[in-house]
Amino acid sequence: MSDAHAAVERIYREEYGRVVASLVRRFGDIDIAEEAAGEALLVALEKWPRDGVPPNPGGWLTTTAGNRAIDRIRRESHRDAKHQAALMIHDDTPHEPTGPVEDDRLRLIFTCCHPALAPEARVALTLRLLGGLTVPEVAQAFLVPETTMAQRITRAKRKIKDAHIPYRVPATEDLASRLGAVLAVVYLIFNEGYLASSGEVPIREDLTAEAIRLARILRALLPDEPEVAGLLALMLLTEARRTTRVAGGELVVLSEQDRGGWDRTLIAEGHAIVRECLARARETGRGPGRYQLLAAINAVHTDAPTAADTDWEQIAALYAQLEAIAPSPIVALNRAVATAELDGPEVALAAVDKLPLSGYHAWHATRADLLRRLGHSAEARAAYDAAIAATENPAERAYLARRREQLRP
Amino acid sequence: MSQYLLSVIHDPEDVAAMDAMTPEEMQAVFAAVGTFNERLQAEGAWVFAGGLQTHESTTTVDATGAETIVTDGPFAETKEYLGGFWIIEAPDLDAALKWAAEGSKACANRVEVRPFQEEPGA
Repeated sequence: MSDAHAAVERIYREEYGRVVASLVRRFGDIDIAEEAAGEALLVALEKWPRDGVPPNPGGWLTTTAGNRAIDRIRRESHRDAKHQAALMIHDDTPHEPTGPVEDDRLRLIFTCCHPALAPEARVALTLRLLGGLTVPEVAQAFLVPETTMAQRITRAKRKIKDAHIPYRVPATEDLASRLGAVLAVVYLIFNEGYLASSGEVPIREDLTAEAIRLARILRALLPDEPEVAGLLALMLLTEARRTTRVAGGELVVLSEQDRGGWDRTLIAEGHAIVRECLARARETGRGPGRYQLLAAINAVHTDAPTAADTDWEQIAALYAQLEAIAPSPIVALNRAVATAELDGPEVALAAVDKLPLSGYHAWHATRADLLRRLGHSAEARAAYDAAIAATENPAERAYLARRREQLRP
Repeated sequence: MSQYLLSVIHDPEDVAAMDAMTPEEMQAVFAAVGTFNERLQAEGAWVFAGGLQTHESTTTVDATGAETIVTDGPFAETKEYLGGFWIIEAPDLDAALKWAAEGSKACANRVEVRPFQEEPGA
């Protein structure tokens, strides 16, 4: 591919969500929107390298795609009356980075993350329609065959159409619960990128970057929702440590990471958002939600110049707060890690052993580490074996295997 | 506006739970469903609704071949069967899901929501 083509595709990918969302609003049909956006890309690939990139490429793509969609609807007279009627709508909404067009993307993400769709379909649709990933790219991201992913996306789009899933930002009284589903999808995309559950590549930065991009859009659109800010801060503070998280193909745990390699710009931005959330929580009397608490925990970690400087009291307190609003064995497991630092590995191990997480690799890895610190080598070895068996991430396996080898006989 | 079928599916556990109800409890469910039906009508969402006799009363008719065959019992061998249903009119799925939640509370059962096919050109 030539550089000019690559540049066009990069702009296209960047603008895709906005273009498609605006076309969905106008034509009320996702397939028409996608087809038209695809045709606009072909025109752009032909024209832009020759004539130069237009001053407002997003607006150009939306206008071109809109014209293509109208041509197509005219050609295919069997399209139903609703689409014919769409021709009558004179769309003069300007294509601008803010304003009503931004709301189109917000509407679309709520459609993509509708609770009536299967969770895996929500993730796939969001990456496809808002992220502009191609179907093979989405399939690759989740390591499923392309045909499976294509069917999943097609079925979800058909359900949106047949069941009339609305293209709308939910009413205020439903916003909090519906937003939860949207944030869960974004966080899932991030986590799949941050610690890929399987496959050759331990970290998929394309996915973490996409999740952060989506969260930034959501934050710009919903500035008064503290959990949106919390999720963005959480991902920024996690992403800041990404480059130090794997070394020589092996996972590096938080306490052993080279803190000089952490991205200070991302950390500063994350800390600023966490402070903003705390101030808002004080002001409104609304206690912080799950993502804000997780962000605060990450802020404490990234605030410590060395691992030994970590304020474990505060981390334990934040996990206790998290357990109070969103209790789960995984939260309890993380809290036990803080307990180990404050009250010793024996107390922590007693808490960890009670948790019903024997299928979860991190449970075995935590047990292994606590048993190692207590000098129970044989039990620690068995726990490392179980942890290795429970994960397919190559970097994590390498780390666990080395730790196992280092056990005293 | 689109039409949706809200169906109340019973499985053997539901039937056991219904059988165990006292007449007063039963009456309370009837009353709640009655109130829900009135709300549907008042809001213009009502199309039709009905409760069905138990599945033992089902008869299957097959006239796809040369002869019409009548058999006792349902066509599909399942433990779940349709106990009753509403047909409602709603602007979109979100509105239909809200009605379904109310209906589910009223009849003390799960409710399945399914859109009707639309006439071409509708």
